[in-house]
Formats: sequence, C-alpha cells, structure tokens
Amino acid sequence: MLKNRIIPCLDVKNGRVVKGINFVDLKDAGDPVEQAKIYSDGGADEICFLDITASNENRDTIYEVVENTSKKCFVPLTVGGGVRSVDDINKLLNCGADKVSINTAAVENSKVVVDSSKKFGSQCIVVAIDAKKKGDKWEVFTHGGRNNSGIDALEYAKKMEDSGAGELLVTSMDRDGTQVGYDIELMSRISSKVNIPLIASGGVGNLDHLVEGIKSGKASAVLAASIFHYGKYSVKEAKQYLESKGIPVRT
Amino acid sequence: MNVTIVDYKSGNISSVINSFKEVADNKIIIEVTSDVGKIKSADKVVLPGQGSFKSCVDALQSINGLVDCLNDFVMNKKKPLLGICVGLQMFADVGYEESETKGLGWISGKVTKIDNQNGKYKLPHIGWNQINIVKGSKIFKDIKDKSHMYFVHSYEFVPTDKNSISATTDYSSKHVCAVEKENIFGTQFHPEKSDKTGLKIIDNFINL
Repeated sequence: MLKNRIIPCLDVKNGRVVKGINFVDLKDAGDPVEQAKIYSDGGADEICFLDITASNENRDTIYEVVENTSKKCFVPLTVGGGVRSVDDINKLLNCGADKVSINTAAVENSKVVVDSSKKFGSQCIVVAIDAKKKGDKWEVFTHGGRNNSGIDALEYAKKMEDSGAGELLVTSMDRDGTQVGYDIELMSRISSKVNIPLIASGGVGNLDHLVEGIKSGKASAVLAASIFHYGKYSVKEAKQYLESKGIPVRT
Repeated sequence: MNVTIVDYKSGNISSVINSFKEVADNKIIIEVTSDVGKIKSADKVVLPGQGSFKSCVDALQSINGLVDCLNDFVMNKKKPLLGICVGLQMFADVGYEESETKGLGWISGKVTKIDNQNGKYKLPHIGWNQINIVKGSKIFKDIKDKSHMYFVHSYEFVPTDKNSISATTDYSSKHVCAVEKENIFGTQFHPEKSDKTGLKIIDNFINL
C-alpha cells in the first residue's frame, strides 16, 4: 500500500538554513546538509528546500547546497524557490535534486512546465501554488505571495496537470504561519479536481492538522516546517500519530 | 572490479551516481560514461532511465553502437546488469508511452499505463510503497519482505514470463516492481532514493 508522506521543509538563504531545526545540538545550525541528514535519518519521507535568496548574485549558492546534500541524503530531495527556466531546472537536477518545484514562472508562462516535463519527465516537475481565499474562490499569488495574479486556483491546478506537472504543492496563503491547520477546503477541492498527487502546505500547528490534511484534504503528502524545526514534534512522533489514526505511513 | 553507469543523456542520474559512490566507498570503481568501449569492458552495468519509455529508447539508440554493446553484454557475455525505473521497463519487447516503441526485448512483455480505475488512483504512483518479495533474488539479500521503497512512475512492466518477477507492489493492482532473469536485474522503484534499504540493494548488486 502506498504510504502518505511527511515532508519537512527547510528555508535556505544564501546557501544557509534560515528556518530550520534549532533544538538539537547542531554543530552548525545553518548547514543545510546537516539539517537534511537529521531529517532523513529521523524518517522524513522526502526533504524540501525552499531557496529564499533574494539577490541575484547569490542565487548560485543553492546549487552547491543541493550537490552536497544529495551526496549524503538518500531520500528524495525537492528544491524550489526562484526557479525561472528549463535551464534552472536542468542545473538543479544535475546537482542532484530529484524534483524541482516551479511557482511564479509557471504562472507567468506555463510553457516552462510543458517543456520541462517533456524534457525531464513529469516525475520531477512539481508546480507550487500559493493560493488565497477570495469570496468562495481562491486566487493564485506569485513572487512569494506578493502579487495577485487573479487566476482561479482550481482552474490553474487543472491547467498545470494538463501541462505536465507530476505533483502539486499547494500552500494556503491565509494559513501559512498561523498554525491553525491547513485550508482543508482548498486542498480537497484541488485534489478532487486533479488526478495527480497533492502536497498540502501552510498552517500546520499540531499533529491533528496532518491527519486532517490527509483524511479530509485528500493530500498524498503533508509538508510542514515549524512544528518540526522547533522540536514540538519529531517526524517519528508524527508518523506514530498518523498510524494511530489509521493513516498508512512508512515506519 | 568496476561498475559502469550508462550515461545516455536521458534524465537525471546524479542521484544514481551519488548512491553508487556512497556504497562503493572508493573500494570499487564507479564509471559514468556513454563510451561504448568502456561499457564493453565493464564488469557490471547500471542502466538508469527517467522520462518516457520512448525518450529513453530513442536516447539509447542515438548513441552509435550502444544498444548492440548492451545486447552483447547481457545476452552473450552474460554479465550482470541492473535497470532502474525506465531502465527496467526497457527490458520489455514493447512500450506504449507516447507511442508504441520497441524495447530491448531481454525479458518478454510489455509496458503499459497503470490503470487508475477512473481516478481512484492518482498517477504518477509517487512515494513509499512496500514490496512483496515473490522469489529470492540475489539483490534482495538481507532485504526483508514488505520493505519500503521509493517509487515514481505511471507505467508498469507486464512480463509474459512470470518466473522473472522477483517482487511486486500494490497500487491499483499487484504490479511488478522487480525482476531477475539470470544476469539481468531490474527495479521499478529507485534504490538510490530508498534510504538505507535501497543502498543495501545497491550494495548487493555491486557485490554480486
């Protein structure tokens, strides 16, 4: 039976982890490789790096991070943030990323998704959707949530599936950072609309939220950051809890 | 001893290279090449594969003499070869991804899309699933039945010779996820991304 995945997400800036584990006795809390290794050894099903490097001159730092991590972590590694072109995707994959997530570039030009999924296969193309509720709809935001594209998130999700995305990483902008739980309605509406797996993101504050994301949100995988980074729960505890609620996990 | 990973410019093989190098620990040479001469003299060959069946077969054929070299390596020299993901799928006679495409024909059978049962099963089949070991395979030494492996694919290999099946996994149906036929080994899952259990399979292959 296919297991639901738990994916810790680490924010990386200029090649250093800025939002990551800060509870264990780390030799170097800013070292992405060390943090990723702790998670993969702890049972994380996948690791996600979100590159939030702002300046262009430091953009190349992520390649080195990915290269070093992939030599030490033997679970899937997804990398996103600032991915603009097929060439960017190619470089990340060559450095050892297993999947690349595309956000703004996919909204601006879906051809990036079409071309990259044809070239590298759908299995490594994740489209990240940042959505915010407006009335009874959700709109897609770009540029790290700063710009409203006005595009309907459900229609956009379907379009991305048709363009060749292998997975969707859906973040509720309303919930992100609030710790009140995923936007379950958003997740389940998108998941029901598409036939590709959905990764739920944004808003996790406790383990019941993970359960809801999978059971009610129909997510194949759940992504979380702070609940793991700050030692509130370990990945292992999360898995035990999910299992106790009848959700299949890899143990 | 050297293990040669065939780099035929099809998809991303960095993870495969990294995992083999990790396991080899500098004690065994891991070559990464598309040079037919080097592949000929390899002791063992790894055939990765990402993207579609057709794109992988096309990429193999675009390298002059590569398919003949692999045929000779496997069928005449009978040396060990491990196919991963589409690398395994290409063992088949024919694949139906994109368009009907002839495979290498080492293990007779076909590669068809996983039945999603009208949307009940999402595709690709992405994530960790358990393997049911159906016959003792040399690459499964010390691997427990029901071990978790990482999968990412939408197509499955359906061999006509059921004796070649070494493991299956449950997704939509019990589909084939590992084969062994004499010197030919293949995994639909990605041992290079399957944590310690996956690395053990790589270790088993290296030490055959």
